[in-house]
Amino acid sequence: MRASVGLMQGNEACARGAIVAGCRFYAGYPITPSSEIAEELARLLPQVGGKFIQMEDEIGAMGACIGASLGGVKSMTATSGPGFSLKQENLGYAIYTEVPCVVVNVMRGGPSTGLPTSPAQSDVMQARWGTHGDHPMIALAPASVREVHDCTIRAFNLAERLRTPVILLYDEVIGHMREKVELTDPSQVAIVERPKPTCPPEVYLPYKAGEDDVPPFVRFGEGYRYHVTGLAHDERGFPTQNPRVVEAHQRRLHRKVERHRDEIAAYETFMLEDAEVAVFAYGITARSARAAVRTARSEGLRAGLLRPISLWPFLDLEVGKLAQQVKAIVVAEMNLGQMIYEVERAAQGRARVAAYQKASGEPIHPEEILAALQEVR
Amino acid sequence: MFDYHEYFRSEMMPHMWCKGCGNGIVLKALLRAIHRLGLSKDRIAMVSGIGCSSRLTGYVDCNTLHTTHGRPLAFATGLKLARPELTVIVITGDGDGLAIGGNHLIHTARRNIDLTCLLFNNQIYGMTGGQLAPTTPEALFSTTTPYGNIEPNFDACRLVQAAGGTFVARGTVYRAIPLEKLIAEGIQHKGFSFVEILTTCPEIHGRRNKLGTPAEMLQALAKTTLPTGVIHQASGPEYTEAYDGIIAKAQGRT
Repeated sequence: MRASVGLMQGNEACARGAIVAGCRFYAGYPITPSSEIAEELARLLPQVGGKFIQMEDEIGAMGACIGASLGGVKSMTATSGPGFSLKQENLGYAIYTEVPCVVVNVMRGGPSTGLPTSPAQSDVMQARWGTHGDHPMIALAPASVREVHDCTIRAFNLAERLRTPVILLYDEVIGHMREKVELTDPSQVAIVERPKPTCPPEVYLPYKAGEDDVPPFVRFGEGYRYHVTGLAHDERGFPTQNPRVVEAHQRRLHRKVERHRDEIAAYETFMLEDAEVAVFAYGITARSARAAVRTARSEGLRAGLLRPISLWPFLDLEVGKLAQQVKAIVVAEMNLGQMIYEVERAAQGRARVAAYQKASGEPIHPEEILAALQEVR
Repeated sequence: MFDYHEYFRSEMMPHMWCKGCGNGIVLKALLRAIHRLGLSKDRIAMVSGIGCSSRLTGYVDCNTLHTTHGRPLAFATGLKLARPELTVIVITGDGDGLAIGGNHLIHTARRNIDLTCLLFNNQIYGMTGGQLAPTTPEALFSTTTPYGNIEPNFDACRLVQAAGGTFVARGTVYRAIPLEKLIAEGIQHKGFSFVEILTTCPEIHGRRNKLGTPAEMLQALAKTTLPTGVIHQASGPEYTEAYDGIIAKAQGRT
């Protein structure tokens, strides 16, 4: 594949990005509005020697991804809200056993079957806290077709680098929208591979991390025979209930993501330099927010936009800084209040935090955000 | 004399199975089968779910994966597709494989992917304290059927055969040597092989139902009216090989 210009759908860009990132295994289950990712990869993967399997359910698809990743192959699955709920148990397994993989959730209206063909942004907290137990989380939220492509590559790179699942979250509009995109020449894209052990098998400890808290990974079948379990485990990978070992492991898992926070953090600012009011918006909503900011400026209101591209870990520092600068932050999202609680937490009362929320299955329009900005000026 | 310690992870001993449990007999039969086939420990992957039998993977010195409840066949499917050269053996129980994981069992059989699945049937959820399993005989008691079980139970072998499994066998822990041979045959079979192993749970299941001493429960297995040995064997396209054909087609080589 060379650098290409063309009309492309978000889900198609996701599949192409996965191939560029080195993904060679996909297990999935049909679900609107993510199915095009599976369809595209069913076609593309065997062309590059990779494998695609449609599993019997979402749970099995997540399990197969983890199995393939332990076999040394970069793996991915994609779904939407109801399927994302089903993936949660094995997602937690991958976090705890430190098996890299990418999980895409093309968000539709919920709860339950909800609105299968309409957009929503109501799974952002499920992405953070959907699986049981304490766990760190990395999630990216692209806002354009081109960005879906790039974030998919980034999701694989982060997953491999940090040995953890990475979630790619975008709404139905981004998934189905077609845009003219110019994709980077794949040979110019930096690709990350998982850290490998340098020691011989006799002394290999699968869960002993170096200074960066990421343990080296070796695929099954290479002479480094080891155990992987979802039970609390020690550095050898064997089950343990030793409180000291369990606590240390839990803390390392969290530290592993926290200490790489700046490496994960990604965002875009628009007209924020002299802003007195700001919008905090992600995904398709951020595009409406950008238009609203422009109009507000033309009407004399100094507005700006903070658009997170990484949703988890949350951009506390950036939002805290913004709260010091502006009078008010409008959090616009297609749900009845999810990321706004994070924004309030990070703002610590230094700026007014106002909500513009919509849960009708329709995208938020620029004039709605503009009205919200005028209200807080 | 066969040295089991060559295959054990000594640091994981003692094991967590109760005295009189049949699972150890299966573990030893499995290790002898592996030895008989001359398989390298580096090239074997064992994948298990959750339950007493699934703890087996922790005790064997090979590439081992103790997954979530009911899902080992799904994990194993991904692993086998990624690494067809590995011998992948799935360890599951009657609750793990027939209740919560039943869907994966029938579809894995249907695909005829080259995995060997050993299903330990002890008729009960032992690890969680003796609740009803889909294999608990009618009228028997469990902690969740205090007045007796009214549910008919599964015949795992007929289920897998109907779903398309190409090697279906049943053994018991009473006959350890034939069991070892069945496991070896299952591993050698190309395609999905399934061995149901009737085992005993004297501690959690036997005592509540007055099924006798561990030895008496073993002897009772000798009198099982279920068919044992190889029940069904057929040949059909194996999934990973069939997928190689897809790759060839996608790359324009056919």
